[in-house]
Amino acid sequence: MKKDIILCGVGGQGILSIATVIGEAATRNGLCLKQAEVHGMSQRGGDVQSHLRLSTDEIWSDLIPHASADLVISMEPMESLRYLAWLSANGTVVTSSKPFVNIPDYPDAELLEGELAALPSVVSLDIEQIARDLSSPRSANMVLLGMAAPYIGILQIEQLRDAIITVFSRKGQAVVDANLKAFDAGVAAASK
Amino acid sequence: MKRLLLGDEAIALGAIHAGLSGVYAYPGTPSTEITEFIQADPLARQRGIHSRWCSNEKTAMEAALGMSYAGKRALVCMKHVGMNVCADAFVNSAITGVHGGLVVLAADDPSMHSSQNEQDSRFYAKFAMVPAMEPSSQQEAYDMMAAAFELSETLREPVVMRVVTRLAHSRAAVEITEPMNEKPLDVCTERWVLLPGIARKRYDSLIEKQPLMEQAAAQSPYNRRETGAAGSKLGIVACGIAYNYVKEAIGEGGNILKVSQYPLPADEIRRLADENEAILVAEDGQPVVEEQIRGILGAGYPLKGRLTGHLPRTGELTPDNVAQALGVSTAPTFPSAQHVAARPPQLCQGCGHRDVYTALNQVLASYPDYRIFGDIGCYTLGALPPFKALASCVDMGASITMAKGAADAGLFPSVAVIGDSTFTHSGMTGLLDAVNDRSNITVVISDNLTTGMTGGQDSAGTHKLEAICLGLGVEPEHVRTVVPLPKNMPEITRILKEEIDYPGVSVIIPRRECIQTAARHAREARKQKEENK
Repeated sequence: MKKDIILCGVGGQGILSIATVIGEAATRNGLCLKQAEVHGMSQRGGDVQSHLRLSTDEIWSDLIPHASADLVISMEPMESLRYLAWLSANGTVVTSSKPFVNIPDYPDAELLEGELAALPSVVSLDIEQIARDLSSPRSANMVLLGMAAPYIGILQIEQLRDAIITVFSRKGQAVVDANLKAFDAGVAAASK
Repeated sequence: MKRLLLGDEAIALGAIHAGLSGVYAYPGTPSTEITEFIQADPLARQRGIHSRWCSNEKTAMEAALGMSYAGKRALVCMKHVGMNVCADAFVNSAITGVHGGLVVLAADDPSMHSSQNEQDSRFYAKFAMVPAMEPSSQQEAYDMMAAAFELSETLREPVVMRVVTRLAHSRAAVEITEPMNEKPLDVCTERWVLLPGIARKRYDSLIEKQPLMEQAAAQSPYNRRETGAAGSKLGIVACGIAYNYVKEAIGEGGNILKVSQYPLPADEIRRLADENEAILVAEDGQPVVEEQIRGILGAGYPLKGRLTGHLPRTGELTPDNVAQALGVSTAPTFPSAQHVAARPPQLCQGCGHRDVYTALNQVLASYPDYRIFGDIGCYTLGALPPFKALASCVDMGASITMAKGAADAGLFPSVAVIGDSTFTHSGMTGLLDAVNDRSNITVVISDNLTTGMTGGQDSAGTHKLEAICLGLGVEPEHVRTVVPLPKNMPEITRILKEEIDYPGVSVIIPRRECIQTAARHAREARKQKEENK
């Protein structure tokens, strides 16, 4: 069994933390993993992406082949559309709905919504609003992970929760709790 | 015991566990994380492994050679273009030979994700006539470090280890082993003096070692044959990471020669050719191996690769273009989105470089024929909108020297913009030339007190820039320091105009800490305060 996931967004949005949590859960539960990422752009507002591959068998390529990604998890709506060549026919796009506009020619939000709506399987929510409602604006990425959790399949939701605890424990209990709350809110929101 | 490691981290840990005594490097994507890992590693700290950043790749290579001369194991790390900077020391280290093991790690960047070109460091190993290793996975990257150091000491030659971005910056589980001890101090008694009389003898010795290098590659556990399905008559030479893409595409079905150690094992190539009707060469970077195989097999043998168009001539290999070359590709299900715009990196909001370019553009607007020659760092982004300030960016330090050459030809104003770390890397010698020749250039050293683009590493000349400029002979009245903030625009533009109008060498140093490193230092200070309570 395999799961190929593209994580994406804009530099600074916390995409790699999502990858770290999934990676921790995968390793803890005996799955093979490869995770490729771009460095350098994370502080400079450019697009960032990570190819995360999970499997019960040996994984060869670090990069996901075209039409193989089971999931695109995106912190930003326009970025979620950048990787359609990799999305598999049965794949799902899980994305934040709120545009991050830091370029002069950012497209009309309606046009983006239209393209997303045309895809067979999409989950789109205002994760930042959900995070703000919980008074943890910096945990929007964990809301997104929660939203995506039911689609990850190869890992259980409980395993991801445990991974959040492990990954953020060194930042203190308050951070762990905030991230768990955000994750749970994401899971709940996605199931509506 | 398994650890989840980036390719770079696997290399770093592999080196530490192979008894490393010093890592010498200059930051450069995608190699930077190797030295950062060693700097932070508990065992490395306990052992006092030397790991301070060097001024440039040449000083790094030479220091490593010195450590090797004294009998200990040293690692040099750089991105591919860094090989150009240390080439003199590197090529001649093959003539002197080594004593303690010396591994030169070159991290190439096919597709130029963050570089000026996609040159292939395997050419350097061939040029210097030394072995090279090219791991296919994070596990191999870890395991090969000990093998590389051992090979280096057996042959008494440096060994190149070559990786690409997609391995350096990809994470996987690595089985790690017990660390070896470092080697003791054991100073070499040979004379590494490359006067012609001695150099000729040492060169003969290097030539005599070539068959030993070929034998080592032929017997290497990292080069191996896989025979696949009986029907297939296509032999596949898969170098380094390309092996992963081949396996992804065809699984167990291929007649594969996996190549991860060089010199290229010619006999294995001939055997693969004899057993098949054609050969596809899959290698990431440039057609190094493809050209060699053309030489081994001759023009008549059906050889496919980057030179024949079966794989793209430029850009990195991907699982998709390799699958296509093997005839098993899957087309995308969905067409590309119509409304996705490019989102290039930008200078951070609040960055001091922004104020520098704002001031420069404002002042230079009154001079019809100005040019600003740029350099390599975050400030290179000043070439893009909204500033569009730069006429050039070629290699480390070229800003100053190109400005000088253009001024020599009659260009006025001729302005150079260079960062503090790039300046000490290779701007100082260019400035000395300009001073000695009394060139009419204005040099702006935009000092953010860090090596920014690569993630905020220490900068060699911090707190020394003015003294360096004065020491090189720039007139004291024409070394000006300012703080690049919007409120200081009137002062900065006045000073810029004065120095542009001055018909000699001027150096202006706008100094303000990078906002990213400033934030990191503030976080670390807060954490320290918490821990002290």
